Amino acid sequence: MEKRGLNKVDLIFEKVDSKEVLTKAYKMKSDEIIQQVLDSGLKGRGGAGFPTGLKWKYTAAVKEPEKYIVCNADEGEPGTFKDREILDKVAYKVYGGMVIAGKAIGAKHGIVYLRGEYRFLLPQLMKELESFHKMIDGIGYDFKINYCLGSGAYICGEESALFESVEGGRGEPRNKPPYPTTSGVFGKPTSINNVETLVTAMMIIRHGPESYSQLGTKDSRGSKVFSISGDTPTPGIFELELGMSVQEFVNEFGDGDTKAVQVGGASGFCVPRKKFAYTVIGFEGVPTGGSMKLFNSSRSMYNVLHNYLDFFAEESCGQCTPCRVGCQQLVKGVEKVKKGEVKSTYLNELLKLADTMKVASKCGLGQSVGNAFRTIVENFREEIIY
Amino acid sequence: MINLSINNQRVSVQQGTTVLDAARRLNINIPTLCNHPDLCVAGNCRVCVVEQTGARTLIAACAMPAAEGMDIHTNTLKVRNARKHIVELLLSEHRSDCTKCYKNQKCELQALANEFAFGDTIFLDLVEDHPYTIDRSSPSFIKDDSKCIHCQRCVRTCTELQHISAIAVANKGMLQKISSFHDRPMSHVVCTNCGQCVNRCPTGALVEKTYIDQVWDAIYDKEKHVIVQTAPAVRVALGEDLGYDPGERVTGKMVTALRQLGFDSILDTDFTADLTIMEEGTELLTRLRKALVDGDKKIAFPMFTSCSPGWIKFIEHKYPEFLHNLSTCKSPQQMFGALAKTFYAQKMKLDPSKVVSVSIMPCTAKKYEADRPEMRASGYKDIDYVLTTRELAVMIKQAGIDFRNLESAKYDSIMGDSTGAGVIFGATGGVMEAALRTAYEIVTGKEVPFTNLNITPVRGMEGVKEATIKIEGCTKDWKFLEGAELKVAIAHGLVNANKIMKEVRKGKSPYHFIEIMACPGGCLGGGGQPIPTSMEIRKKRMKAIYSEDEHMVLRKSHENPDVIAIYKEFLGKPNSHVAHELLHTHYVERESY
Repeated sequence: MEKRGLNKVDLIFEKVDSKEVLTKAYKMKSDEIIQQVLDSGLKGRGGAGFPTGLKWKYTAAVKEPEKYIVCNADEGEPGTFKDREILDKVAYKVYGGMVIAGKAIGAKHGIVYLRGEYRFLLPQLMKELESFHKMIDGIGYDFKINYCLGSGAYICGEESALFESVEGGRGEPRNKPPYPTTSGVFGKPTSINNVETLVTAMMIIRHGPESYSQLGTKDSRGSKVFSISGDTPTPGIFELELGMSVQEFVNEFGDGDTKAVQVGGASGFCVPRKKFAYTVIGFEGVPTGGSMKLFNSSRSMYNVLHNYLDFFAEESCGQCTPCRVGCQQLVKGVEKVKKGEVKSTYLNELLKLADTMKVASKCGLGQSVGNAFRTIVENFREEIIY
Repeated sequence: MINLSINNQRVSVQQGTTVLDAARRLNINIPTLCNHPDLCVAGNCRVCVVEQTGARTLIAACAMPAAEGMDIHTNTLKVRNARKHIVELLLSEHRSDCTKCYKNQKCELQALANEFAFGDTIFLDLVEDHPYTIDRSSPSFIKDDSKCIHCQRCVRTCTELQHISAIAVANKGMLQKISSFHDRPMSHVVCTNCGQCVNRCPTGALVEKTYIDQVWDAIYDKEKHVIVQTAPAVRVALGEDLGYDPGERVTGKMVTALRQLGFDSILDTDFTADLTIMEEGTELLTRLRKALVDGDKKIAFPMFTSCSPGWIKFIEHKYPEFLHNLSTCKSPQQMFGALAKTFYAQKMKLDPSKVVSVSIMPCTAKKYEADRPEMRASGYKDIDYVLTTRELAVMIKQAGIDFRNLESAKYDSIMGDSTGAGVIFGATGGVMEAALRTAYEIVTGKEVPFTNLNITPVRGMEGVKEATIKIEGCTKDWKFLEGAELKVAIAHGLVNANKIMKEVRKGKSPYHFIEIMACPGGCLGGGGQPIPTSMEIRKKRMKAIYSEDEHMVLRKSHENPDVIAIYKEFLGKPNSHVAHELLHTHYVERESY
């Protein structure tokens, strides 16, 4: 397996002359922009990892005068705080990415859907947006960005629930198809991208796809901003090249007693110590939207699991059966196992339930509850039972 | 066309067909729950999940459009496991007191449980984990959250069909529930009591408030004379709850059954439907005369019908500035009630305090209407109990009556005669058609110029219908209408009523007379009608209603002999003083939230 080791990168927070990059993009054809992003191998940085260039290509292909670029800044995954930092430090690059995406797909409207808890950033962001609008007007772009604030629901980070929320509805995921590329916000073709994805796209236009794709592995090109928390002496935001092993990661950020790393937040995977060495952080191994939580031997993995399940039981939109009721069954089920009120083999039934949730839930939330559940139960079964 | 394969059988379907419908074309049954033919696709119960070769997850058949080359399997191990889990999960949050439940054996969840989830479940009971309320505040229905399975059919019904949103989804996750505005009791929110949600609820979470036991008590009370009236739309739907296919007329058998149940007088709401036409037709013509001849500027047009209590509550909440446009006529049910304890009691030499007046209605809003304080013109509560079509079917079953083998019988006299005009009140456009048959004849002395009296432009299932009738050859009294074009419109389902009302509010409505019924299809699609109801079933009931009309000898309200008699003996003439006291009412403005 291709491995890259741990390398720090400075791309996302690198200061750039955005006027220069956007002037360059302005002179490019839409196809060229899309091709460069395709060539870079960039995959969505929110966690799902859909190739960004493809998303833009599909949206560009739809013939419709009104299209939207939506920046998903509803950063809600437990243990993720990188988008907040990006917006705080380099919001102009987020806007820049949106303008470039708009040019690529033929959209004149951009919407930033900002997590409700990040409202405190808004005055500063609006101020920057004002001067940004002036700057792009000067270049000749016909593009306007608006803000829309979330109200604290995790589910609104799911793209179609986000659209519902923007439209004033309840944040409930839609049936797919139709996909956002054909019918997104207000029923119009929409490319919805994560904050970091948009910044990365802008940096790809600046540096060229070749230099970007030299970073990372075949399946996971480039670098990624990680939100590192838990039992670590150095919590915080770090931009790292993709393709390192969990072991290399733990060597750098662990406290010497790391027993597990939760990669990708509550909806991600738990990697136990015995698998550190051969588990790659990236789409070929454990994908992540940036959340990296380290746990040392003082932690009860039962508590970790219970915390995640509680989170999902509360944050499910409640619309579909497997997710709404399944989450509650998982919480109650592990509690009963812990108390010895049911046999420990009941965990096997719950694992089957987690499988049903994975294949039968309506959206990514319910589908990914099983990730943490399975990886924690399978690797720390005794901690759940005793 | 799109070609796909389901369970290794090939099928070609139109673009936009769902996998579910494609499977139905092959007679492959995929179970559903949140899906309802009247409502938009939700895809939230997930009972209909099937396997698509190559797909990462299972797909919801109801929400997935068929695509070229799809290879679908509806009965794999993966599907069966998921489906069983899903049904069991629903059962774990549903208070399963099935044997005591009003919906026992009529519950869609119970039917699924029978197929997929019998025996022990692995899941833990969640019902007691959630505080739940059983809201009995509405006179029309009971909302029991502990039986709710969150399919949102009721929410979609209230929004899509009725434009009310009395109930909506609140909260998220484990606390998600179907709630009213600010969680107020249903009696204190903008709810029309139409019962369309009740008609679509798959479980016992929304059921009509039943008065079956009270009616039995009255029947068994030797002191009481129990009068029953049956609404026009009941006779074309009751059969559905008693083993007949939709669209069968069971009028005669129903009368026999009512007699066997022990009702003392079996009378017909159709009679007061005919009476409504006399009163309302006269009111319309009087309004026209006052406006056109006397130049009275206070006369409001268009005039709206007032038979549908759901519609009345809708306009009282949402468009109270147009209450003057409503006909002052009570609904046929309430006209009947006012006469039962006055005119009928006198004729039959009954003590009105000992008369119990029961009505069988396709409607849940009628239960509310009967409770309105205005509805006591007789000095008593004009209608004591309102039963839905479904409740009557329950009584017939309770009494062990072999309905199918009953002889037909006729209604009792005095208030039992009716015409085809009264019968068609049960279908959207029916009141309009009946009114036109009579009003045109009053004005011109001639029958309406439509073949066989069938005014087809006002018939059918289109949401908003309109027609223009040119009035020609007026008699002396009505010369001022000569050559006039009477413009009428008809709407059914409150979402369509709202469309018309928006135009009226803008001052853009060209109509003189508008018929509005709260329920889709009119009363035949009422909230109290047998479950299920769908467009297909409503069309069959509608056909039955018009066929009942065609089979009547008398088809114009003013020719009803009982109607002629009551004016001669009791009311004098239409819109007389007595008529106003007993048969007309007023409306109240209500808050809009």
